[in-house]
Order: sequence, then structure tokens, then C-alpha cells
Amino acid sequence: MTCRHPAEAGPSRRGFLAGGGALIVSFSLLPRFAAAQAAGQTGPALPGSLAKFPMLDSWVRIDANGAITVFTGKAELGQGIKTALIQLAAEELIVTTEAIDLVTADTARTPDEGYTAGSHSMQDSGTAIRNAAAQARALLIDAAATRLQVPGDKLRAENGMVIAEDGRQLRYGELVGDQILHVQASPQSVFVDPSRYRFIGKPVPRVDIPAKVTGGIAFIQDMRLPNMAHARLVRPPSYGATLSRLDTAAVEHLPGVIKIVRDGSYLAVIAEQEYQAIVAMRALETAAHWDEKPGLPDSATLFDTLAGLPAQQVPVRDDPIAIPPNARIVEASYRRAYHMHGSIGPSCAIGLSENGALTVWTHAQGVFPLRAALTELTGLPRDKVRCIHVQGSGCYGHNGADDAGADAALLALALPGRPVRVQWMREQEHIWEPYGSAMLTKARAALSPEHQIIAWDYTVRSSTHATRPGGAGNLMPAWYREKPLTQPVPKPLPLPEGGGHRNAAPIYTIPSARVMYEFMPAMPLRVSALRGLGAYMNVFSIESFMDELAQAAGLDPVDFRLNHLSDPRAREVVTRAAERFGWLGFSRTPGTGRGFGFARYKNLAAYLAVAVEVAVDRESGQVRMVRAAAAVDSGEAVNPDGIANQIEGSILQSASWTLYESVAFDRTRIASRDWSSYPIMRFPAVPDRIEVQVVERPGEPFLGTGEAAQGPTAAAVANAVADAIGVRLRDIPLSPAQVKAAIGV
Amino acid sequence: MITLLVNSALHKLDIDPATPLLYALRNDLSLNGAKFGCGLGQCGACTVLVDHEPVYACLTPVAALEGRPILTIEGLAENDKPSPLQQAFIDEQAAQCGYCTAGMVMRAQALLDHNSIPTEAEIRAYMEPNLCRCGTQVRVVRAIRRASQPAREAAEASLPR
Repeated sequence: MTCRHPAEAGPSRRGFLAGGGALIVSFSLLPRFAAAQAAGQTGPALPGSLAKFPMLDSWVRIDANGAITVFTGKAELGQGIKTALIQLAAEELIVTTEAIDLVTADTARTPDEGYTAGSHSMQDSGTAIRNAAAQARALLIDAAATRLQVPGDKLRAENGMVIAEDGRQLRYGELVGDQILHVQASPQSVFVDPSRYRFIGKPVPRVDIPAKVTGGIAFIQDMRLPNMAHARLVRPPSYGATLSRLDTAAVEHLPGVIKIVRDGSYLAVIAEQEYQAIVAMRALETAAHWDEKPGLPDSATLFDTLAGLPAQQVPVRDDPIAIPPNARIVEASYRRAYHMHGSIGPSCAIGLSENGALTVWTHAQGVFPLRAALTELTGLPRDKVRCIHVQGSGCYGHNGADDAGADAALLALALPGRPVRVQWMREQEHIWEPYGSAMLTKARAALSPEHQIIAWDYTVRSSTHATRPGGAGNLMPAWYREKPLTQPVPKPLPLPEGGGHRNAAPIYTIPSARVMYEFMPAMPLRVSALRGLGAYMNVFSIESFMDELAQAAGLDPVDFRLNHLSDPRAREVVTRAAERFGWLGFSRTPGTGRGFGFARYKNLAAYLAVAVEVAVDRESGQVRMVRAAAAVDSGEAVNPDGIANQIEGSILQSASWTLYESVAFDRTRIASRDWSSYPIMRFPAVPDRIEVQVVERPGEPFLGTGEAAQGPTAAAVANAVADAIGVRLRDIPLSPAQVKAAIGV
Repeated sequence: MITLLVNSALHKLDIDPATPLLYALRNDLSLNGAKFGCGLGQCGACTVLVDHEPVYACLTPVAALEGRPILTIEGLAENDKPSPLQQAFIDEQAAQCGYCTAGMVMRAQALLDHNSIPTEAEIRAYMEPNLCRCGTQVRVVRAIRRASQPAREAAEASLPR
């Protein structure tokens, strides 16, 4: 795997096309093949994203020199997806991982796989690439069989060659004539047998880490294009503020200033050098006068406000409920504050408007949806807009990346012929990113005399968890232009994955249950997708409530869960996490507690159970997670260390959300403007150790994992706090003030 | 004209003396390691060493740095080989998105320069200024311990038996 300078992505396409030889296909034709297939054929569905892009050479191309290029519509977000996809391709093509050049999300080059979100990359793209690579290998062996006049089963593929028993060999590059990979995939592939795996299931080191620890070019922020100008934005101080007065005279003549861009209340400055742009931005901030309105709810009564907002009732499960008179009823309600993505690197993008075409380099999670939005925003035809993904700072969902892409597009159009790099400042990311919605849940359940749950009634109330572009009206810069776009009214995401109701249905065996999603179309604060969407709060609520029920039943929380779990894979992660933690032998010292949490993400992806120990400081009310032990079943684990890394990170991030985080605001402005007004976990609070067991499931389908620990960790922490202090806390964050009030300090 | 001594090389730069070191490194010297994270000294993504001490490059104007030795992550490698600390980060796979990583490595380098055998508690206390949002801190602590392992073993070997 060569680490290519992101800026070379364009020229390398020409290089590839000019490279001579075989397998050159105009990619733009491919969606038509897909449409033809969808319209004409009704055979068995193709696996993963092959269903949408069925041509093998959409995914795998081999040129006459034998160079292998693999294409994915998914993006590296820091989750390690590039490495896992390269492992799959190398495994099935029987080559080294270094032999694979992976091209990620680019509207001009790769399949349209939508967003890199929802823990879908392995299921969608991994499945497609693995099947395409396996089928490409079979076609290469077939071609060699014809060429060498020997049966295919007397041939083996190895290291980029097909080799006959008599020692004759043909390189892949010699076999790819006649566009042999330009064919439709078949539903079935013959995969490498698990006993012969060289890469799958192995902790292959991440391909992108060396550049990141040596100062290599690794991020969009590191791209330097020739003659690049630097832009900074002057954002309104609050949602909906309008620019009433602006005297730019003092700013225009500052050193390096090329242009001040004003379009209604949209304001930016472009300068020759980055620091000049920052100085000019600060001067413009001083010069700008804004009209603001107090449009935010009172934060002291936020949850009362939310409870009173109009909501659409979306039934999730609606069994008839009959509660026998001897049942015991338990009730609880839970609340969750607004949370930030809080990427360490604020959003960044580069735009270039040249010869009527616009190119935007972006760290957005969906380059194709962003292209659609930019087409609408700029009025350019679709074939004149290209979006290329380049990695940014970890995003964890829909942060400022798309909006920065829109900024880059608008500013590039204002300065044609030069690349324009736009970099958000810290406070801009904090104030303008779409947050994870505040949520309320209510749970009520009936326990039989035998301590089984016999009825369940659960309601979750939330704003949307999806305002991603697609439509330009979801791009924040569009709201402030002279001719503004308004944000479309959101709709609930469909089940089974769901949005605010993701994981709202309990996975436990419960004979009758009613689960209702109260979807609020209103968004008091700007919100969108944050890692796990509603699953974080629903799992926190359900798993906290399971502990409350276990306590009412007088049973151990792990036993109580197992009493309601029939899926053996669920039972296995619960049992393994408890054993690794030492659940039974746990000795509670004053101020410490243990807690458990479990979920199957979206009730259809990875299974994850986690047990944690916390220590509560009575004087300060501070809670520290001391250690955690998790077990995860991701189906076939392509890179177990990659999974472990994701789970460890998810546990720490969720603990930070759960213990510390809440977006602060007054009636007009967001008050969480930096890391001191929105504190997150720092090193001294990091647990002593986190153990992650990855269950081995060779041959099983991939189950999305990246978000799986967000909910279970939150509940495990709350359950451990309840165990430590003897009082149940039901509001996220479990702040020191709440802890102190609970224990009466 | 400002003269900066970066990774043992002198550079004469014709820039505004108020320019924070971060922009001089990234844009004038094309060094990518130090990252813009907050511009406020709250996250540590821009950490580099000046006179062997960690500083926030986003806050430190170049005017204050004339002639003082500045070390960035690009200066850690020798003969294109990652330094022991960099190698420890690779061995522990102590990154996810990696945006904070260069700042982490530089702060950890300062720690090891001062204290070649830090305890786990000392590592956590020293690394407090640096934020990671992906949650790789447990691996970062492990990488720093791994890098200090030779010194730890040497110290143990020299103990009287």
C-alpha cells in the first residue's frame, strides 16, 4: 500500500487511464449497468454493495503491469477501514497487502456507497470487495486454464500469479486482457478457506499509522496545493443572527487579504497566507454587527420544554399488554443532554473552481450526497462537481465537515482558478456542529412472581438524528446567504435501523411489549447523527432499567439478563465479559462499584457486553472508571486489533459523554465554545485498563461494530455508580453535582 | 526576518513576528506534524518542544523563538527510521484518527527526556494537557511505557543483587 499524497488523486486517475493495457472502463457508465440489472434481472440478490454496483471492475481492477487497484465508496475516518478492506482484497486475490492500492470515496472514481456511517462499512463495502476479489481470482484462474490448456483445479493463484502443477506460471497482468473483470458479479463466491487465511483474523498493523506518527501527509489539513489561498469564516454569533452592519474598509487593506466575501449574512475572508486570514477574520469579527434573537430554550427547564413539543408518534412494537394483578410494577425515566462530536481537528475543506468545474476535497462522510447538495447549492451541473474524500480528524458522525465543504465550494467560486483552503476555528466547530439530540425516555415493566419480565412499556422522545445533506438546505452556510435556503423539516429514519428509536425495542425475551418513538420535528439546537444515534440513549435507558428490575427482583444483574436472553451469541458475550471482569469475585470497597451493560447494536449488528468498575470520590462527586472488560461478537473479525481499538475508544468516548458532557447555552447563544466550557475526558481520568475480547466467528457475516459500545458503556457506568453510592442516577451526564446531591454531601 | 532553528536546521523566514509558530511550521516549512486543534492551548494537538520543553505552537509567536532549538515530530526520526518512541506508538497501534498523535508523541518525548522511567501515574499526569477524542489514551500510555522499557530494564539490571 503506497501512501499517496491526497492532492495526487486527480492526476493518478489520468495515470491509470493512460497506463495502457487492460480493464479500462469508463466508470460513469457503471450505474447504468446497475440500473439495467435492477430493471431486468430478478436473480438472487448480490451481497453487500455489489447489489448496487454489480460489475467486478467497479471494485477491483488489474492493469497489464499487474498493479491491483481496489475501489471503495467508503471513507477512512480513523476507524481503520482502509486496512481491513485491503486485508480482504489481499486475502482473496492471494497477494500481499502491499500489492493493493486502495482508492476511497471519490465521486469520479469509486462506487457510490452513500455515507460512511452506521457501522456499515464492513457489511456493505467489505462484503462487496471480498466477493469481487474472490470472483476476480476465479476468473484469472479460468483465463489461465484456457491459456495453459489445463483444468482450473490444477492451477493455484499465488502472489499475483496463476501457477500450474508443472511450474508454468502466468502473471495476473498477462491474464487480464479482454476486460475479463468487466463482468457482472455472481451471487456466490468461493472464498479462501479459513484454514489458509493469511490476513483475515490477523491483527495486521494499520496502513495509515506510520504517517501519523512521523509527520507524514495524513490529513486534508496537510494538503498544500500550488497557489493555494487561505480562507476563514466569520460566523454569526448565534443561530439565525443576521449581519446588520459591516464596514470592511479597515480589513480590506490588511496584509495578504485577497478578498472579503459577503453574501447576505454569510461572511468570509480569503488571504494569501493562513495567519493573514486569521488576523483579517478577527478584524472582520470586530467590524461586524449582528442582530440576534433569543431563540433557544431555557436550559434550566430544557427537558420540560422538550416534553411539551409537538411529536409524531412512531410505534416500534405494539403488543397487547395484559398485566396480571400479582405482577410487580417498576417505573423509571431517564434524560440525556445534548452532546458534541468534538473532533479534535476543526473542519477543513479545499475547493477549486476551474474551467467551469468545481472540485472539493472534503472529510465529509458521504462524498456523493455532498456532491448532490453542492450541485443544488451552486447551480452547477452534477458532472461539473467532484467531491474527493481526504481524511480529517475523527468525526464520530455528522460534524462540520459537510458545511466546510459548502464553504470551500462557495469561496472557490468567489476566487476562480486558485485552490481555496478553508479551516474552521475551534469555537466555530463547537458552536456550529450539529449535536447529538437531547432525549427523554420512560420505562415501565411488570415482573412476574418468578422474577421474569412479563410486560414492557417504553417511550423515547427525541429530535431527529439525521440532518445530513443530500439536500442543500441541510448545509448551514446556505441558511445565511442573501437568498437563503431553509432547513427541511426532518422525518423519522426508518426501522429496522431507526434514528431516535434505534435500539428502542428491547432485545430481551419479553412476552408483551409496547415501544413508542415520539419524534419531535423541531430542533431547539442544531442536531444530527452522532455515533450510535438513539442507540446510545435507548441502551443506556434499557440497561439501566434492567438493573433496576434486577434489584427489584433481588437478582444479580448479569443473571437477570441471562434469564431473558435466548440468542446464544448474546449469551456468550454477556458471559465472557462477566468472566473476564471477575464479576462474581468482585470485592466492593467503599466508594467503588461494578456495573454491566449489553446490547446488540441496532438489534442486528455486533453484540457487545461490558462490565466496568468505578470509583466515586465523595468530596468532589467525581466518578472515575477504573477498569472495563468487554466482549464483542462482530461476526467474522477481519482485524481483531482494529476491532479492539474501536471498542476501547468507544468505551472511553461513551464514558466521557456519560460522565462529563452537556452542551451549555443561554437563551441566545451556545456557551460551550471551547474545551474549558465543554470539558471531555482527560488522561488522569482514563481507566487503568480496558480488556476487549473479540469472539472468533470465522465464516460468519460481518456485523457492524464501530458504534456498538456507546450504549452499553453508558449503562454500565451508571449501574456501577448506583452500585457504588446506593442511589440510581438517571440523567446524563452523571455530573459531580448529581452525585453529591444523591449522597447528601 | 526571523531565524528559526527547527530540527537542527536554521530557517530565515520573512513573516509577521506575531505569527504563531504553528503556521510557520506548517505553511512556511511544510512540516505537517503539529496540528491546529484549538488555537487556545487546551488540546495539545500542536505540541512541539522548545528548549526541550513542550509548548503550544498555536499560541507561541515566532518572535519569542529566535534562535531557540525547536523540535517537531519530523525531527525525531534518525536516518528515516522511526525513533523508539514513534516505533512504540506503531507497535501499540496507539492511534485511531491520529490527529492528536503527533502532539501526544512530542509531549511524551519531553516526559521521557526528563524522566526516562516514568510511572503510570506520572505518565497520566504529564499527558493531561493533550486531548484525544477517539479514546486511544490507554494505548498511548502503553506506548510510552513500552518506549521506556529499555531504560527500565537497564535500571533494574544495575540494581545491587
